[in-house]
Amino acid sequence: MATRFGIVQFPGSCDETDTLLACSRVGDAELLWHKDTDLGGVDVVVLPGGFSYGDYLRVGAIVQFAPIMGAVAEHAAGGGLVLGICNGFQVLTEAGLLPGALLPNTNLRFTCQQADLIVENTETPFTHESAPGEIISVPAKHGAGRFYAPPELLAQIEDGGQVLLRYAEGHNFNGSVNDIAGVTNEGRNVFGLMPHPEHAVDPLTGSDDALKLFHSLASAAPMAVGSGDMT
Amino acid sequence: MLTMKAQVLIRPKQGILDPQGLAVEEALPALGFSGVSNVHVGRLVELEVDDPAQLDAMCEKLLANPLIEDFEVVLSDSSGA
Amino acid sequence: MSAAADTPAAEAPHRALGLTDSEYDLICDKLGREPNATELAMFSLMWSEHCSYKHSKKLLGKLPTSGPALLMGPGENAGAVTVGDGLAIAFKVESHNHPSAVEPFQGAATGVGGIMRDIFAVGARPIAVLDSLRFGELDSARSRYLAARAVAGIGHYGNSIGVPTVGGEIYFEGPYEQNCLVNAMCLGLAPADKLIRSAAAGVGNHLVLFGASTGRDGIGGASVLASAELGEDDDSKRPTVQVGDPFEESKLVEACLELLNAGLLASLQDLGAAGLTSASSEMASKGEVGLDIHVDRVPLREQGMEPFEIMVSESQERMLCVVEPAQLDAVLAICDKWDLHHAVIGEVTDTRHMQIYRDGDLVGDIPVTALVDDCPMYDLSPEEPPAQIYPAPKRRIKDGLAPADNLLALLGSDNIASRREYFEQYDCIVGSRTIKRPEAAEAAVLRLGANDGRHGPGGAPSTAGSGKAQTPGDADGPTIAVSIDGSGRRVAADPYRGTIGVVLECAANLACVGAEPLGLTNCLNFGNPEKPHIAWQLDRAVSGMADALRALNVPVVGGNVSLYNQSGDGPIYPTPVVGMVGSLPDPRVIAGNTFTDPDLAVALIGPFEPTLPASELAKLRGEELPTKLPDLNLSLHAESLKLVREAVRSGAVTVARDVSEGGLATALAECCLGGVGATIDLGPLIERLSRSQAGAGLDAEALVETALFGEGPGGIVVAGSRESLMQLSSRAHGVGFLALGSTGSAKLDIAGFSAVDSSAGTGTGPGAVVTLKEISLDVPNLQRIHAGALAERASS
Repeated sequence: MATRFGIVQFPGSCDETDTLLACSRVGDAELLWHKDTDLGGVDVVVLPGGFSYGDYLRVGAIVQFAPIMGAVAEHAAGGGLVLGICNGFQVLTEAGLLPGALLPNTNLRFTCQQADLIVENTETPFTHESAPGEIISVPAKHGAGRFYAPPELLAQIEDGGQVLLRYAEGHNFNGSVNDIAGVTNEGRNVFGLMPHPEHAVDPLTGSDDALKLFHSLASAAPMAVGSGDMT
Repeated sequence: MLTMKAQVLIRPKQGILDPQGLAVEEALPALGFSGVSNVHVGRLVELEVDDPAQLDAMCEKLLANPLIEDFEVVLSDSSGA
Repeated sequence: MSAAADTPAAEAPHRALGLTDSEYDLICDKLGREPNATELAMFSLMWSEHCSYKHSKKLLGKLPTSGPALLMGPGENAGAVTVGDGLAIAFKVESHNHPSAVEPFQGAATGVGGIMRDIFAVGARPIAVLDSLRFGELDSARSRYLAARAVAGIGHYGNSIGVPTVGGEIYFEGPYEQNCLVNAMCLGLAPADKLIRSAAAGVGNHLVLFGASTGRDGIGGASVLASAELGEDDDSKRPTVQVGDPFEESKLVEACLELLNAGLLASLQDLGAAGLTSASSEMASKGEVGLDIHVDRVPLREQGMEPFEIMVSESQERMLCVVEPAQLDAVLAICDKWDLHHAVIGEVTDTRHMQIYRDGDLVGDIPVTALVDDCPMYDLSPEEPPAQIYPAPKRRIKDGLAPADNLLALLGSDNIASRREYFEQYDCIVGSRTIKRPEAAEAAVLRLGANDGRHGPGGAPSTAGSGKAQTPGDADGPTIAVSIDGSGRRVAADPYRGTIGVVLECAANLACVGAEPLGLTNCLNFGNPEKPHIAWQLDRAVSGMADALRALNVPVVGGNVSLYNQSGDGPIYPTPVVGMVGSLPDPRVIAGNTFTDPDLAVALIGPFEPTLPASELAKLRGEELPTKLPDLNLSLHAESLKLVREAVRSGAVTVARDVSEGGLATALAECCLGGVGATIDLGPLIERLSRSQAGAGLDAEALVETALFGEGPGGIVVAGSRESLMQLSSRAHGVGFLALGSTGSAKLDIAGFSAVDSSAGTGTGPGAVVTLKEISLDVPNLQRIHAGALAERASS
């Protein structure tokens, strides 16, 4: 059976259809509405990029109270897979599902560019189809993508193998600490990254380097613990 | 010489659309806080200055955008330097 | 005696609102009485240049407005062309010059928001934004500030709403110091049969205003009317700056498309400059009906707003629609779903009058025709100036530099260096349509298939959870290319031929990616048309545009006029900006614009007759503008573009770059930015030039410099295999084909300067020897200078 991806559409989401298309290359994909309170039995929840609720107050700050976020948190707590891309990553850190915070880029402006990423830990549902050290070219576009964690937390993230993606040398344009581009939680079922893998699935529009991430998810999802369709 | 501590409060001018304020105002009831209105989101700049008389000019020229923002200077305790 | 002439100047608010005494008298005549404040405010907007085109309409009639692909022409919120597969592209360019000069971030942002609303007002989903920007020289702190903030504002709006900014241009010239130009273009996608017009219809139908609430934004000039009601202390309550809210607009897009897809609207119109007044009266005029509007029902953001303030407010992110009573509940439910304010503010009537009510009292009553159709149209009084009216630019480089040094100066100059500093602030990929990103090809290339749902065509469902995405077929569906181009300096030198050059350059950019133009939108940025020299510029420019479009068989689908761009320092350069949309058959076969492969043959195609006056090199040397550019053979240019387009489509050429600012040498240097150099023999061009009209009378060294750095329309550098270029040359007939050399080394070598010596009659006399040193530059050096120059200058 094909893996079912649910992409949450918030007011102000921008990349939800791009994500829908990317996921549908490897499984079944559908949009979920932010005002809903259940996930309709999907295997993988994806929080897409954009400017949810206008990004007002603080990026990702208001969206964490959207009705659907309760179900997302439950899904994650039950071991279900959650992927947060860009704004989705910011939301997951604000909601406490991922460690750290995303601060304004050091150049203080929105920047859109292709970035080389190094795949660090491949023993996760998100990266298991990649080789350790593999370099993938993926676009990134954001104004607040500088990953930050206080020293103790940072050590914990590093020691726990929670860093899944790092910017290659010369590609850390936002000033992220330790060149971190993407982190997972301790349970390794929630993953957030600032670059946009959904925009790297077709050579015609750039590269298909990130297709492996989606393939990894598609093959890992059925094995994941308690994917939240019993609600 | 005495250095003054100052706080500059910057808020959207009355009548200027404040999308941030609106978004917060609409988000609060969703969390169960009722009876909230006139929410505005601005900025706070803290600084220490030798000559507080220059603060207004600093605000006009850099700290605020007088076209769309009002500012208010609050001088607090002074500290020797 | 007339009503206007009786009134002392100080008490004549119509003058402060920009209406002449005779216009005021005409208004009194049409009404049979003097207008009240609300009515006067409404007239002042509808009879402004922006709404009535009173100084430009007669001229614009010269432009061709029909073509095989045209679905919707000028007069609607945006024009549209068919692109195949039952799909339409709606597109339009519009200026937001003055607001951007006042507050560049919000001015540019709301410019983008406004042009997007024009697009989804016709039922099309916005899929791409382009911009055309002009500022004063970067030496000026004000210009650096305006450019940085305008770019940030465009990015803020486009990025936040999820529409990619896929292309554009930015130039720096002295005459824009006080009047910057911010033109934004938007493209939208819709099923061709789902496009909607704005005519109000159906007496008894409801008029629904939805989106953001209404405040005193942009009331500015009209505030003179308030003097009776509000004291001077209240001036702060009348901000002239409109603030954009892209979050609100993103909800507005989704709601409008959902409403249209469900077939719930009789008509739809956006609220732009001139606000509710313009939106409602245009709808009434097109539908040949009347409208009752109750201003007390308009959701307000501020207290105590007067009827005239509500009618002229330029608050952003608002739409107006006409709804049959039976559909009203469904319409309001969709507005609620997207958390949008909404109100039934009036009804369609058979009165043919705009009747404005407050709390049941009639506060304004104007025949629709008086408001929309009766504005007097003016003839211009064009007069060619006896001499060039613009001062010479500031000198940047010495005369007599070696060609290599001139080339490096050009490559790092503000108008030629990489635009990455600015465009990397734009999301150019959201929507998954962008095949060619900025600077990767001569035009942006977008695929239209392979995407439904939110970024699907206008009529497609956007309801979350409503279905599964289709597996995308990567290259399925139509592919389009789009480019936006303008010119100031060359149009100032020769409005007629300069404008032809703008149209040809835009068409050349499309040809370089294999696209055939389907339609064009324009924005005419000029000074005060009531001045004879400006009128002459406008007249000649429109004639040039009309002649170029006829030669290329491309219709105008709509556009915008921005006049009165002048200050105490004088007028801006006359600046026509055009945006062209074309289609191409195969997104996998598109020429790039840099050399990435060695051993390709390089050639120059086209009737290219460069000249140095008005060029970038002449600008850097501080030279005066000329008053004429060379004549052009338009049918030859059209043929040449066709040849290039077909060569790209067939894969015969894999690199194509239009020769523009900085001439052939600069174009070749830019081709080398791909990392592969070239060895070029300039001889054939020098030789052709020496026999041409443009080259007549030039001495040997001037001929070489003209061949290297001269500018003019019609030159396209191409690269391809030796065999395919050989075949191409045999089909080039009269359009011009010069073999230049080949790609391959890590250097750009340009030689062959002495070709002229052997040709007699070039005015150099026997035995003349060219002493100019040949060009030999390392490719990494070219890359470094091109990439870094602007970032340094823009932020310093």
